[in-house]
Amino acid sequence: MALLQIAEPGESTPPHQHRLAVGIDLGTTNSLVATVRSGLAVVLSDDLGRPLLPSVVRYLPDGEVEVGYDAQARQATDPRNTIVSVKRFMGRGLRDVANHEGLPYHFDDRPGMLRLHTVAGVRSPVEVSADILRVLRQRAEASLGGPLSAAVITVPAYFDDAQRQATKDAARLAGLPLIRLLNEPTAAAIAYGLDNAAEGIYAVYDLGGGTFDISILRLTRGVFEVLATGGDSALGGDDFDHRIFCWILEAAALQPLSVEDARMLLTRAREAKEYLTLHGMAPISARLNSGEVVDLTLSTETFAEITRTLLAKTMQPVKKALRDAGLSIGDVKGVVMVGGATRMPQVQRAVGDFFRQEPLNNLDPDKVVAIGAAMQANLLAGNGRAGDDWLLLDVIPLSLGIETMGGLVEKIIPRNSTIPTARAQEFTTFRDGQTALSVHVVQGERELVSDCRSLARFELHGIPPLVAGAARIRVSFQVDADGLLAVSAREQTAGAEASIVVKPSYGLTDDEIALMLKDSLLHVREDAAVRALKESQVDAQRLLEAVRTALASDGELLSADERARVDAGLLRLDDAARGDNRRQIMLAMDDLEADTKDFAARRMDKSIRQAFAGRNISEIETVALPARREEAP
Amino acid sequence: MAVTLSERAATHVARYIVKRGKGIGLRLGVRTSGCSGMAYKLEFADAAQPDDIQFESHGVKVLIDPKSLPYLDGTELDYAREGLNEGFRFNNPNVRDACGCGESFNV
Repeated sequence: MALLQIAEPGESTPPHQHRLAVGIDLGTTNSLVATVRSGLAVVLSDDLGRPLLPSVVRYLPDGEVEVGYDAQARQATDPRNTIVSVKRFMGRGLRDVANHEGLPYHFDDRPGMLRLHTVAGVRSPVEVSADILRVLRQRAEASLGGPLSAAVITVPAYFDDAQRQATKDAARLAGLPLIRLLNEPTAAAIAYGLDNAAEGIYAVYDLGGGTFDISILRLTRGVFEVLATGGDSALGGDDFDHRIFCWILEAAALQPLSVEDARMLLTRAREAKEYLTLHGMAPISARLNSGEVVDLTLSTETFAEITRTLLAKTMQPVKKALRDAGLSIGDVKGVVMVGGATRMPQVQRAVGDFFRQEPLNNLDPDKVVAIGAAMQANLLAGNGRAGDDWLLLDVIPLSLGIETMGGLVEKIIPRNSTIPTARAQEFTTFRDGQTALSVHVVQGERELVSDCRSLARFELHGIPPLVAGAARIRVSFQVDADGLLAVSAREQTAGAEASIVVKPSYGLTDDEIALMLKDSLLHVREDAAVRALKESQVDAQRLLEAVRTALASDGELLSADERARVDAGLLRLDDAARGDNRRQIMLAMDDLEADTKDFAARRMDKSIRQAFAGRNISEIETVALPARREEAP
Repeated sequence: MAVTLSERAATHVARYIVKRGKGIGLRLGVRTSGCSGMAYKLEFADAAQPDDIQFESHGVKVLIDPKSLPYLDGTELDYAREGLNEGFRFNNPNVRDACGCGESFNV
């Protein structure tokens, strides 16, 4: 008969309606699956009692797929078909992957996401990840005795839309009922915050196999808010292995190695690193295919010395995240350590020294993310106990906005806004009779579209022909709990609508995000000046457009003399608007406005509304214009 | 009339209650539902109800409402492992037949 778990008082589920929920930590080096059993979050082990599943997938010629320890064991002998650290390729193009020349794979650069050539055919990173997830799903179903009804998968806080989407796709491919993507540090905070029920500001220092994340969180009455995130998606325990590997090459004066030998020495390096967590000295010995013999001893001190720069590299994003959150080291009440790499004594020491306190590490750093994810999955599946309905707030890493006239960016959702969120803003048309609008969605902190990243474009048609600036177009941005963006535009009078869901074809690297943030700070002044100039240029164009339209329809209201003056003013403004002297543009606009003041008054008498009614102009399209408080002249 | 826990089940229950941080014991019961008429209730107990019948087994307090007791009398709650799956099992002498999975039963 079925095996039962203890439920919360009054929460027993009817038979056959157990909502089996799991949390999955899909890691760069190792993956785990956890569930809440009789009120207790536990990591599910395989039939040999091993909790970790190495994130390694090996493809065989007959189409067989090995995942985990078996695949890992063959890494050295079949490197080309044994995919390790596939997480680094998720949602990435080839040029986004650092050091891809040094990897033993046959890459195929496709627009959007790279592919890997294996003996079993071409595989996308999504498929490789799905193979890992499938094994975890089978393990969970065997452990829980039935099909899953909810899964939460964690992703690094810095994962962009493309990487999140790729993770979602992998879950679907693996047949997992994914209900939420959760940031890894947030999951760790759930595991710690709830178990210890402690309130305050916390830093989550997550040094995993291949990614480093720092998050500044605030825990208040069971509510988690991510104040700031930062990190480096190309820094992790693997890099510490690599430092030892390089040290071995140097210390043993080895010649260039075959792929197999390199893999084996990397494995030895990792073993030495793990050994040094509990011992002062690690022996490293290996016999290479070339016949050379390596026999070395690595001390904790030497290990700390050769990895000092890696640790320093993790502290930069930590400082920046604190700055972003407007906090100083003294505000941080606790530091949570996540990721197997935080077991290294020098990491514990460096983090402790920086924050001037002992980091929290009473939960297994390898399991803490999966455990938090399982608790979240359990809750979302409706298995939680009453009063457990805590709220999770995450933030978006870069501002989202649309392009407006002049190549400027109008930010609609500012960076570090908590998600899910929805914001809307009104825009209007630039030309008389304009019946379509091009909406260009961009991401970034700079004022000019050319300095930001383009996410998507779409067009809104069916705007009724009106005088420029009269149409009211509401552009709404919605970011869901997974950080995915939906944009819609709606014309308010006729109700025409268009929308798009943003699934960017490829992502920004953390370095790019960091660079974009840095750039925006460096260029604040310059950007403001450029913005002011562009705005005047757009204003000038709008005035020119308005006056020309007026002349075309009501030119007879002017005397020849007046007409000549207005024409001259138009020319002057046109010239000025092409230049980059904002003052000149403003002066020319003032002049033209003065010269056309009487004209405008006379046209008023002729009832301008009628003059424009029913004009049938062929569809003109421009990008949006922010709706102004005052009407165009 | 008695309901008992196997030693293994009692160890697990005690551990879960400690981890949970609260609770006075375990509540067992039956409800009418499921494909074969009755279904088990297995919950943490935070408070005893006035008419609860209480047993103590290997140091764990077991609470049962009087209406459920006739269907559970003589039951031993065991903790079992089947492959990767593990959990509690009702060894109930009153059961005449159960549905295939054993989650609901008839007496």
